[in-house]
Amino acid sequence: MLGVAALLLIAGHFRWEGLERVESAFSVVATPFYWLADVPSRISQWSHHNLRDWRSLAAENERLRKDNLILQAKVTKMASLAAENARLRQLLNSATHLDDSVLIAELIGVSPDPLRHVVVINKGSEDGVYDSQPVIDAHGLVGQVVEVSAHFSRVLVITDSAHAVPVQVNRNGVRAIAEGGGRLDQLTLSHVAATTDIVAGDLLTTSGLGGVFPPGYPVAVVTEVTEDPGDQFLQVTARPLAHLDRSRHLLLVFSENGVPGPEAAAAEEGPAE
Amino acid sequence: MTRPRGIWVIALSIAVAIWLSIVPMPAWAAWARPEWVALVLIYWVIALPHRVGILSAWATGLLLDVVEGVTLGQNALSLSVVAYVGLVLYQRMRMYAGWQQAGIVFVLIGVHQLVNYWVQTLTHAQVVPSLLFLLPALVSALLWPTVMVLLRYCRRRFQVY
Repeated sequence: MLGVAALLLIAGHFRWEGLERVESAFSVVATPFYWLADVPSRISQWSHHNLRDWRSLAAENERLRKDNLILQAKVTKMASLAAENARLRQLLNSATHLDDSVLIAELIGVSPDPLRHVVVINKGSEDGVYDSQPVIDAHGLVGQVVEVSAHFSRVLVITDSAHAVPVQVNRNGVRAIAEGGGRLDQLTLSHVAATTDIVAGDLLTTSGLGGVFPPGYPVAVVTEVTEDPGDQFLQVTARPLAHLDRSRHLLLVFSENGVPGPEAAAAEEGPAE
Repeated sequence: MTRPRGIWVIALSIAVAIWLSIVPMPAWAAWARPEWVALVLIYWVIALPHRVGILSAWATGLLLDVVEGVTLGQNALSLSVVAYVGLVLYQRMRMYAGWQQAGIVFVLIGVHQLVNYWVQTLTHAQVVPSLLFLLPALVSALLWPTVMVLLRYCRRRFQVY
């Protein structure tokens, strides 16, 4: 009888939307487990911060100072470019790009199942996190929030086999869909016509279509384009730019374009959800 | 009929098992994570079949589902199956030598994994790449003697019956 109850719950996953709310209410129970599971890495982080000699700190300080100088120079240039961009966009009567604000979150767990690329972060609805919110790291797009609890949330990573993200080639604006395939170092672009101008080394950024991810965030670099003469489409693989297996600090993006509607989110998910 | 006692030992061992099943593992070992919860549950079903049964397994599985963030009911189903088979077999299991028990544990956890993957392919449309998903069953079977001795010590030390 309990087996039937379990089967009903699994069936409810398809049929009944309300179950998700029950799930996220229950997931409060999981918070202490994640807190405990994170203790070893917190200890190593603490020792990394507090048990270091003066020499290594000084070296790091020096390196950061240099990095800061370079970045500052870049930012100065960026400011004038942004102003110019805004002016040109005004001339073209098109909407200006708005700055997205971000919230720093820390990774506190990964999915125990190696087939699913889901990570757990330490920010939840109490911090304003919402469903299908985009997540990035310092290098590129990481994924989107799929489940929000009060104090933590789960993020579906772009390489999960149930995830797809609309992208465009930075060089010429060609649009495509980048799908995950269950491997952390690879995305595939599906249905790219054989005549499309796309070569290895092209940068793919989010296109903003679909409404979940704001446009302009780097996603991946094309690694290989193979053309099979018997096939209508190119086989394009790309390597994600975000350090998906190494980043501990992630950024939650609060897009100024507003929270997307549920139909936009559904279009984003692809057929595999 | 003596009053049941020591429920906190059972609860604590299951909580530790749940914790162990989400604790981060290095990437090369991700496929070999032992099914701690199933192991602990099998022990308690064999040792105290009048207290730990399908209902406890179902509740534990539900908790594990919530903690792991998988489809609600997946582990509840697979652990109930494991507990049921455990309840049928417990008298024989008690008679067996350690390696024979490990063999049964391998089969039980294999069934657990199989049910889990059935549910996963139902809900996520994912392809199972190989028989790699049976690796946790093997690792769990190898760990069984250690887990059993440890839990038996706890049971005797805190007089759980």
